[in-house]
Amino acid sequence: MNIEWYIVLSSLLFATGAVGIVIRRSPMVILLCLELMLNAGNLALVAFSREVGNQQGQVFALVVMVIAACEVVVGLGLIVAIFRRKLSLDVDDLSRLRG
Amino acid sequence: MEAVLFFLAAIGALGGAIGVVALQNPFYSVLALIAHLFSLAVLFLMLTSAFVAAAQVVVYAGAVMVLYVFVVAYVGGGGEPVGRDLPNQRFLAILVAGILFVELSAAVLSSALLALGTHGPDVKPGFGDPAAIGRLLLEKFLLPFEASSLVLLIAAVGAIVLAGRKRETA
Repeated sequence: MNIEWYIVLSSLLFATGAVGIVIRRSPMVILLCLELMLNAGNLALVAFSREVGNQQGQVFALVVMVIAACEVVVGLGLIVAIFRRKLSLDVDDLSRLRG
Repeated sequence: MEAVLFFLAAIGALGGAIGVVALQNPFYSVLALIAHLFSLAVLFLMLTSAFVAAAQVVVYAGAVMVLYVFVVAYVGGGGEPVGRDLPNQRFLAILVAGILFVELSAAVLSSALLALGTHGPDVKPGFGDPAAIGRLLLEKFLLPFEASSLVLLIAAVGAIVLAGRKRETA
């Protein structure tokens, strides 16, 4: 398969994740959609690494995976903290920090 | 053969992504994301990056998703909170995402990257296997590697601070 197919698939996945972030209001699902977008970026990185024929893009993809894991850990910690304080898990209600 | 495998994996990845966005129960969304991650691992294998594919399955689909399942079980699935949508919010979101998709594709495909229309260059058999990636990580990218380990440590401590129970005797 040509590399451009992978790139088009990656932008399609990225757009799907963006839709999820805009239309969902449960913070957990929003985190999942963030994962979708990060993975779309990963796919593009690996595809470009194959296109150039060197492996450094794969190292970038691994670093993105590490950052995604950190984001999941902190995000889920926040969700657990919100749940403990008996606040509602709805991003529209958690808007006190809004400017 | 390769095209069939690509389209199967692509349909799996896209179906998983749409499942994550569309399913109402967060537990099913997590399961859809796991299916999505497995399909992506197949795509990574087809791009001759065995180590990234293995890390995707073991670390991502294995460990990170278990964390999600635990938190969903703790918080309780429940449906989506009923909210105050903007008028036509869904339609507008899908429209904007469609524009984003067209724009991203046009930007990449109209760029001057000549090798985009090819399979990429022929690579040696060891391309992307754990030995090669490990050598890159420990030689060329040692500093980013150590920095990412530090970031992971800070994130773990931060999660404990955020989610841990407060001691009564402060």
